[in-house]
Amino acid sequence: METQLSIRDLTVDFDQGRQFVRALHGVSLDVAVGETIGVVGESGCGKSITWLAALGLLGKRATLSGSVKLAGTELIGASEKQLSSLRGGKIAMIFQDPSSSLNPVHRIGHQLGESLRLHRGMMGEQASAETMRLLDRVGIANARQRLNEYPHEMSGGMNQRIMIAMALAGEPDILIADEPTTALDATIQAQILDLLRELSRENGMALVLISHDLGVVADMAERVAVMYCGRVIETARTDAIFDNPTHPYTRGLIAALPDLEGPKRRLASIPGTVPPPDQLPPGCSFAPRCTHATPLCDVALPALLPVGPDAGHSVACIHSGPLRVEKSKAPARQSLTAELEPA
Amino acid sequence: MRPLLSVRDIKRHYQVRVPGGFFGRDALLKAVDGLTFDIKRGETLGLVGESGCGKSTTARLVMGHIPLTAGSVAFDGQPVTARHDSDWRAMRRRMQMVYQDTLGALDRRLTISDQIGEPFAIHEPLMTARQRQERALSLMASVGLRADMAGRFPHELSGGQRQRVVIARALALSPDLLVCDEPVSALDVSIQAQVLNLLDDLREQTGFAALFISHDLKVVRQMSDRVAVMYLGKIVETGAPEAVFKRAQHPYTKALISAIPTPRNRGRRERIVLEGDPPSPVDVPPGCAFHTRCPLAMAQCRLDTPLLSGDGDHLVACHAIHQSAQSAPLAAE
Repeated sequence: METQLSIRDLTVDFDQGRQFVRALHGVSLDVAVGETIGVVGESGCGKSITWLAALGLLGKRATLSGSVKLAGTELIGASEKQLSSLRGGKIAMIFQDPSSSLNPVHRIGHQLGESLRLHRGMMGEQASAETMRLLDRVGIANARQRLNEYPHEMSGGMNQRIMIAMALAGEPDILIADEPTTALDATIQAQILDLLRELSRENGMALVLISHDLGVVADMAERVAVMYCGRVIETARTDAIFDNPTHPYTRGLIAALPDLEGPKRRLASIPGTVPPPDQLPPGCSFAPRCTHATPLCDVALPALLPVGPDAGHSVACIHSGPLRVEKSKAPARQSLTAELEPA
Repeated sequence: MRPLLSVRDIKRHYQVRVPGGFFGRDALLKAVDGLTFDIKRGETLGLVGESGCGKSTTARLVMGHIPLTAGSVAFDGQPVTARHDSDWRAMRRRMQMVYQDTLGALDRRLTISDQIGEPFAIHEPLMTARQRQERALSLMASVGLRADMAGRFPHELSGGQRQRVVIARALALSPDLLVCDEPVSALDVSIQAQVLNLLDDLREQTGFAALFISHDLKVVRQMSDRVAVMYLGKIVETGAPEAVFKRAQHPYTKALISAIPTPRNRGRRERIVLEGDPPSPVDVPPGCAFHTRCPLAMAQCRLDTPLLSGDGDHLVACHAIHQSAQSAPLAAE
């Protein structure tokens, strides 16, 4: 499949005054044309940073290295002018909290018109006709009246539809949706996910869905990347990830989720907490919480390597590949006093 | 046996001003509009619904934090009112609350152990500072906090650890009822599982009853002995979790369940996508509040408010369901 966007060894360091803190440790990801990819992980794992960095939205305190190519154009190190013509045009992004992404003092119609003017050069009659079409497309009834309303007059779900309409204004090839439904109620979430699915299918638009909710990702994505502490630790087709999770962290996440069906079971929680980015362990960053960890895990970083029969299934765990045999020989390290969070 | 908590037809209405006319107009916001339920000793009732349906207002009414507009709440036979007299304080000792926003629930200027020991300072004035400290340390151990954290302040802890502090403080006086308002909504999945397991263990050890409020059906199913689904200030369906989640009858419950994607049901869940947003609680539609979004709505739904009824424990408030239940025996004849 043709690659739309390709991220290679992307690192991000934040200037904290006294020191640099690395938030992203060499992330590589590909997004194919028209594909829906889900990025999951807990807060602070770098799932949003990756895409903010790719779009040059991190500001001056962040130092980037690596490469992000959008249809052959390098984005890292590109001038602000180049970037702003791509952002909102070829590549668009929507965020978790729609009401704070919209300008509270401008009417909806004005804000949509602005993005049409910037990205498609539309003005006047033509722009307002297109605005109506977009609102209609994202399922907002009574578009003519809505154009004159302010964001605070609408519900969260409506505002997210407006955000999606604005993102569509530039006819993007790729839409990055950062937790698009986290702030919304379950029934509204279902509406917005359906809308995103429909739009990406109809326009052949690639969709990057960033979420902490495994259920949402399982429902929407064709491929999933699981992130932990600024690295991709497992990536595979959606079915492979959920039917055959290989990394202990992925397995832990799935087991920690209560279910609606099946017998009620005790949740399998992952002990401990995510280490802060400036205090990562030397080897595998999941080792301190991992029940399968051996002394070998602390020695070196595991590389993201192909595993299993499924093409495209890669895992960053030394116990998942040829070294799996050693797991039984090496003494398993005492799992941290069960469920106690280390300081 | 007398239930521990008995809630009868409680209502909470607010006078609000909404846009309309030159100066706006007065309107009545019905946050909670006629709720009836019981909680037995040691039982956990899960209250589930979307934002604005009145879950949190219910919690505050049950605790006597805000006055009732109508109805009554009785805790162990005694009425709970919003008059904060000595009776209420004595009762409050036996009913405690766990909140979603842990940083807001804790005093940022008190250390963890002082925080957990504070209930003793209020309710057991004879206890010495040293005894308080000891009790606080043993409570910390029971919720999985290390003793060396005792001197820390809330902002120095992670969200999961702070929720443990809130739970330890709530359990300090061995309450009979714990009201949990979205206790794990702000936590990451792996930490959420830790806290849910902790609550489960503590419930087993101490046997408290709980009103467990969450928007997350999966979490409610995990924690509850009985479930009530709310929509715009009313309970629309209630029963055992297995009954409500597996054999949901109310169209709203069905839609809510079908809207939850899980890794297990991916690609094969029955999808019912409701149109539109829930109406504002200021303008609750007459009749059944759900009829504006309901796929089964009939003429009667716009006129009469359906009552909770059904056989056994599984109750539903829906005209369409009641009608088909009535006609079923006739059809069989």
